[in-house]
Amino acid sequence: MKSEKEQTADLRWTLQKRMKEVLGRSLHIRHVDSGSCNGCDFEMNTLTNPIYDIQRFGVDFVASPRHADMLMVTGGVTRHLEEALIKTYNAASEPKMVVAIGACACGGGIFGRTYANYGGVDQIVPVYVYVPGCPPRPEAIIEGILLALKRYEQLSRNKGEKMH
Amino acid sequence: MEKTIKQWLSRMKQQLGNKVRSMEQNSAQETVMLVEKTELPDVCYFLWHEKKGRLFTMVGNDERDIHGFFALYYVFSFDSFRHFITVKTLIDPLDPTFPSVAVQLPAANWYEREVKDLLGLRPQGHPDPRPLILHGDWPEDLHPLRKDFPLDRHAPRVQSREAFMPYDSEDVTEIPVGPIHAGIIEPGHFRFGAVGDTILHLDARLFFTHRGLEKASEGMPLEKALFLAERTCGVCALSHSTAFAQAVERLGEVTIPPRAAYLRTLFLELERLYNHIGDVGNVCAGFGFAVGVSQGARLKETLQQLNERVAGHRYLRGVVRLGGVRIDITEREKEEIAQTLAYVKKEFQELVDLLFSHDIAMNRMATTGVLSLEHANQLEVVGVAARASGRSVDIRRDQPYAAYDQVSFHVPVYEVGDVLSRVRIRVDEVLESIAIIEQLLHSLPSGDTFTPLPPLPPYRSAMGWCESPRGETVHWLMVGPDQTIYRYRIRSATYSNWPAVPLAVKGNIVPDFPLINKSFELCYACCDR
Ligand code: SF4
Repeated sequence: MKSEKEQTADLRWTLQKRMKEVLGRSLHIRHVDSGSCNGCDFEMNTLTNPIYDIQRFGVDFVASPRHADMLMVTGGVTRHLEEALIKTYNAASEPKMVVAIGACACGGGIFGRTYANYGGVDQIVPVYVYVPGCPPRPEAIIEGILLALKRYEQLSRNKGEKMH
Repeated sequence: MEKTIKQWLSRMKQQLGNKVRSMEQNSAQETVMLVEKTELPDVCYFLWHEKKGRLFTMVGNDERDIHGFFALYYVFSFDSFRHFITVKTLIDPLDPTFPSVAVQLPAANWYEREVKDLLGLRPQGHPDPRPLILHGDWPEDLHPLRKDFPLDRHAPRVQSREAFMPYDSEDVTEIPVGPIHAGIIEPGHFRFGAVGDTILHLDARLFFTHRGLEKASEGMPLEKALFLAERTCGVCALSHSTAFAQAVERLGEVTIPPRAAYLRTLFLELERLYNHIGDVGNVCAGFGFAVGVSQGARLKETLQQLNERVAGHRYLRGVVRLGGVRIDITEREKEEIAQTLAYVKKEFQELVDLLFSHDIAMNRMATTGVLSLEHANQLEVVGVAARASGRSVDIRRDQPYAAYDQVSFHVPVYEVGDVLSRVRIRVDEVLESIAIIEQLLHSLPSGDTFTPLPPLPPYRSAMGWCESPRGETVHWLMVGPDQTIYRYRIRSATYSNWPAVPLAVKGNIVPDFPLINKSFELCYACCDR
């Protein structure tokens, strides 16, 4: 069996390969904290540390949703962040791949639905891929990106077929 | 000690005379003074100003179905006596007002705005009547922490009552930032009033990540609430689970076994380590010192991987159980911890030498974002920020818990209160933490890792506390007759420290704000709940 290090390395190479195949270019991600406990956010941050370092494969976290192909949302959408999430979603360019990171974003987590929390990102905007975990490990987040690419590939192929 | 505390308390009772209706022990460490609400400001001010008690937390509670009243609890910590005094007052639902304590005691400011928002108890004469926890578009007459408000009721949005500082001068530029920021950071909305590059005033709207955690905990079985407690925050998860478990254990009058106490202490220091080292690295991002950022992140990752191997979770969730710990460690794991820490210590020292010998880095950190001791005291600032401003508070030493009275450690204090002092505190504390862990590994007692809990007394309160990496965190707990949570209030370090940030940034230039902010390293999730 491969060591943990080798598995992580494999995952990153797969990511690079798939990005070239599917997008033919780099992938830009905008993060939205919609009311997380910050655990998920810190795991996303981890992806840019020297151990995972996904930036060298052309994946980067960007400052503006207008530069982003993908939105990674953490947290179950609080009342106070609903507007920010919607504005960010509207500002993002197509295909607006929304990846829900963590149990809270996927379905509210332990907080669920309260007077201040909607209990999941898909209550507010459409979600492309769900990445469970509390928080999901960095590898799981990379896996989430891969799934989103797959979904994008399928959707654009379907679209292409219809067009012909 | 016990005798001196008794004498001290009875002296105090004499001095306060008939302002105090009754005085009783809630636990060996806590005395409750019941006062009329009209006496609230005087008694609190006396305890704070004359007796030098620290405002530890304040809790509002809807106790109408117990005895017909709302209740307010102002808790003061007397570190030299290792004792707490709680000033309690009952508020008639027909007149839900009370005289504001915040007029004289600035640290009470947020607490009183909070009970106004969440419970509808109005502080009369409060210096800042704006909404705090619930934003301005929440209907003014709905108060979610009242027991008759259903947990999942969504209120309509109304015309916003929010207001920011108005500037009458054309020379002042308003710069709005957030709530969504450029990096992967927690949300907050800042409004700078700047003259040229210089910050005149910082106004903030916070509590964006308010999830209704405390309300969600009500009616929850304690075992489940432990999971909720450790999800208050990602990077202080263990501090929160420990504080919650301690509150439960105090209610049940349970002492956890020595091995469990040692293990909690060990993991709590591992939590401090990965945070402090990551934060020192992160501060470097404030002046574009990429080597520092990368080194900090790499060492943090090394420590988090250690956490995962030893405790099964990168953020140490699942370590605590009520009555003890869930994770025990083997001889091999002890060895592994010692080895990893020896490596981290060496590498961290290199990073620190590099940072402190870098002229530009030092130039940016020194004299930037000064928080004065006076302000720190007025606002009851805690943790790293307090100790960097000459305020020597550390709840590990002042009111020891877990096994902190079994190890020796030094609490570093610096006087200047600038970014550099806050970084220095973290650096010193990293070395202290490693030394604490070495002591714990040497003397780890054998035995059980938990004590079963008895049924808990209903409607009595207890507190648990913990020095999280960001400072003192307090959990206040009351259980109902069905052994579920009746009221749970979390006061995190950030809640105490945020009001100090606007004071520290005043007079600095706008581009230094991210640096100053990073040096405080506040986490919003545990502040907003
Ligand atoms: S899923 Fe877990 S780690 Fe992520 S925001 Fe929710 S509670 Fe925090």
